[in-house]
Amino acid sequence: MGIDFIRNFPLFTIVLSLFSSVLCMMLDGRRAKRYTVCYECFLIALSCAVLWYVSETGEAFTYVMGEFPAPWGNEIRAGVLEALFAVMFLTILLCSVLGGWRFLLIDVEHSKINLYFTLINLLTAALMALIWTNDIFTGYVFLEILTLSSCGILIVREIGRTTLAAVRYMVLNLLGSGLFLLGVVLLYSLTGHLLMVPMRAAVAEIVAEGGVITITFSLAVLTIGLGIKSGLFPFYFWMPDTYGTATPASAAILSALVSKAYILLLFKIYWRVIGMEVFEQLPIRYLLFGLGILGMVFGSVSAIRANNIHHMVAFSSAAQTGYIYMGLGMGGPLGYVTALFQVLAHAVTKSLLFLTTPRLARVSGDSLLFQNLEGSAIRDKSAGIFFTLCSFSMVGIPIFAGFSAKLLFAVAAVETGNLGVLFATMLALAVSSVLNALYFIRTVIRVYTAGRGGADISAPRIYAEEHNDADTAEPVPDTGSRLSYWVPALILTGMNLFLGLFSWVTVDFIRRGLAMFA
Amino acid sequence: MNSKRFRRWLDGETDVMEHILDGKRGHDLPRQDQRRLQREAEEVAVVRMGRVIHSERRLFSAWYRVAAVLCCLALMAVFLYMVAHITRYGAENPRATEITERYVEHGLEETGAVNIVAGMILDYRAFDTLGESHVLFTALVCVMILLRRDQKNMRTAYEDYYRISEEDYFPTDRDQIARRVGGVLTPCILLFGIYILLNGQISPGGGFSGGAVLGAGLVIFASTRGDSAVDRFLTKRVFHWAAFCALSFYSFAKGYVFFTGANGLENHIPKGVPGAILSGGLILPLDIAVGLVVACTMFGFYSLFRRGTIAEDGAAHTAAGNGTAGSAAGGTATDTVTEGGAADNTPDKEES
Repeated sequence: MGIDFIRNFPLFTIVLSLFSSVLCMMLDGRRAKRYTVCYECFLIALSCAVLWYVSETGEAFTYVMGEFPAPWGNEIRAGVLEALFAVMFLTILLCSVLGGWRFLLIDVEHSKINLYFTLINLLTAALMALIWTNDIFTGYVFLEILTLSSCGILIVREIGRTTLAAVRYMVLNLLGSGLFLLGVVLLYSLTGHLLMVPMRAAVAEIVAEGGVITITFSLAVLTIGLGIKSGLFPFYFWMPDTYGTATPASAAILSALVSKAYILLLFKIYWRVIGMEVFEQLPIRYLLFGLGILGMVFGSVSAIRANNIHHMVAFSSAAQTGYIYMGLGMGGPLGYVTALFQVLAHAVTKSLLFLTTPRLARVSGDSLLFQNLEGSAIRDKSAGIFFTLCSFSMVGIPIFAGFSAKLLFAVAAVETGNLGVLFATMLALAVSSVLNALYFIRTVIRVYTAGRGGADISAPRIYAEEHNDADTAEPVPDTGSRLSYWVPALILTGMNLFLGLFSWVTVDFIRRGLAMFA
Repeated sequence: MNSKRFRRWLDGETDVMEHILDGKRGHDLPRQDQRRLQREAEEVAVVRMGRVIHSERRLFSAWYRVAAVLCCLALMAVFLYMVAHITRYGAENPRATEITERYVEHGLEETGAVNIVAGMILDYRAFDTLGESHVLFTALVCVMILLRRDQKNMRTAYEDYYRISEEDYFPTDRDQIARRVGGVLTPCILLFGIYILLNGQISPGGGFSGGAVLGAGLVIFASTRGDSAVDRFLTKRVFHWAAFCALSFYSFAKGYVFFTGANGLENHIPKGVPGAILSGGLILPLDIAVGLVVACTMFGFYSLFRRGTIAEDGAAHTAAGNGTAGSAAGGTATDTVTEGGAADNTPDKEES
């Protein structure tokens, strides 16, 4: 045994999560929650160990899944980048579940809380598998688990609106999965491999033989598939409904982790299946760059037009996803680093935003409309403070993660040495920041302005309505300042400040990860 | 006005079907009023939606159709191009056959399974199959969340309005032919399913197909002999334990093999004599586990869609009986209300 035993940990994170999901089905709701929280802490410890191990040894390792080595059997792989994302994603997942627990008790039928945690564990397994996988088809299988479980955590509120939203979300997601699978099939029939390393060698051969167009088309189909799933520019219209109607924990997980996992998989495919030398020649890059910028602008415009805080936050996700795609399309070593940094920055901020807005709504007669939210930050001070901090990060005020990400984007654009890219990026950053400020700062001012909020509220209510039935009503648990909100909120804010103040630490990790990623 | 409303509907801010989908307004009213409210809401919503969509149709569908056709044409062009340029499967493309050659030529000795497909999915690429069987489980959990009856998701006005009851769909007591045929068929189907399941490593078949046949057998049994016959041996407890044991056995068995394989340890699982029923190492037990999961999923889907629960323990039957009686009584009440249908439409007329 010895220190090399850590090499087994990625396997444990996947297999134990699958087992935990089945176990949670057998437990009752509260036990399932307690178990899941302990288990997620355990997983974070495992991933931290892996992160420590790979940064100590300085090289990534592959792990054969079974007796059959590389081109014949399955394989997973761990490097600094994978381990870093595993740690961050698991922490955010844990914080989202803890922070949304009080609302889960209201939203989810009590006999089904254990099923919710079953899905959370399945989702964890899928996230872990997507992060560690070294095989494109394993990516597809766990992508399916991720898709289905994300629909499940959306539908669990069991009101008409979420069902409708989940159906839309699922139709679009299945379309995305179908396109992704077609892309995988095309690549497989071209290269004859499913594992990433031999696939990449075959792709290089094909490109050398002049088959670059076939590769481009397969990759385009695959990119559109994952683009739909992650909310790339023209495909972001499902976001407000999906994120806006889900229970807060689910909204945080869906926006911060699920859509990011798809982007991570896409990035993995670009980098490890196609290879960056080939990818940089393909026109897909410029398409991603353009669509990313369009997403940044139109996402923000939609957010400005929204009349409901959840829709605004959801549309801002579309804008933030645009930043990530812009980074991917920009290219250059720093461009990719920044895109990955933005994934983390956005995940940390958006999860906390989705946990905070329902609390503002809760003190405003359960209304999400801006007019009713006036003064809500005064009524619930902690939620107000966290909302303001997150807004600052979203807008890009210094010391927060959003600022570092924007700064890095600007530096990356300079580093590309391409004037067109430089001007487009700078302009996009400027316009998008102004637009971000327009709606986030406006909202911050509004929630701190004492208005008539909470008075006559005829608007769609998110929570009260379902409990009007006298016979089924249960005492609504108190969602006031409790540890279950404070602790995750502080952790997420801490991570946000860490990403903002010490961005070089994370950037250094990502750089080292990318160095051993290829 | 309409266009604005339509856009709001598109954005998901409001939806005209809300009242129907929620299905929980006016729970405190007597049954008859509930039903009337439901129907009113439904009619109003349908008319309103039709009107809105109609007036918006031209504007919306013009670009929508053009865009849809363009997208389809573009995708078709891409795929036709790819078909023309992908090298033929087989000897022409040595790259594409490297993997399959090994599977075909060494599959038997390396996995001990005569059925190469079983060897491939449960040994060479077992990790993918581990994920795949959990995809089924995920789907089952999602359907349970969506359809299992609970406080929020009760037998509501919607079902009562349409007088949906189990006996209406499947009048099992009355149809002697179905009962008899079901009684004859079920054992054969189940036996066949078990055969497919157990022979997965030596002949075509295996966990997924065998489990599907087993599930189908259970579905036929339940639909011809009535749910009470199934409830006698398949309680909620049994169902949950079956799924739990199968999936956790699968995870741990495969986890063990992955662990030993990656660490270069001996896994002590005998391969057996190829062609014998006890051969192929872990393939047979894994096939059984997968088969159980698939059968549970299939029967679970059927049962959830049919009566909103997978299996009930004991006391459930009286409740189901009451539900039927209630809806039968409700049926007459609905008929009475229908006569007053004209009066019910007034709010809608005012609006138009």
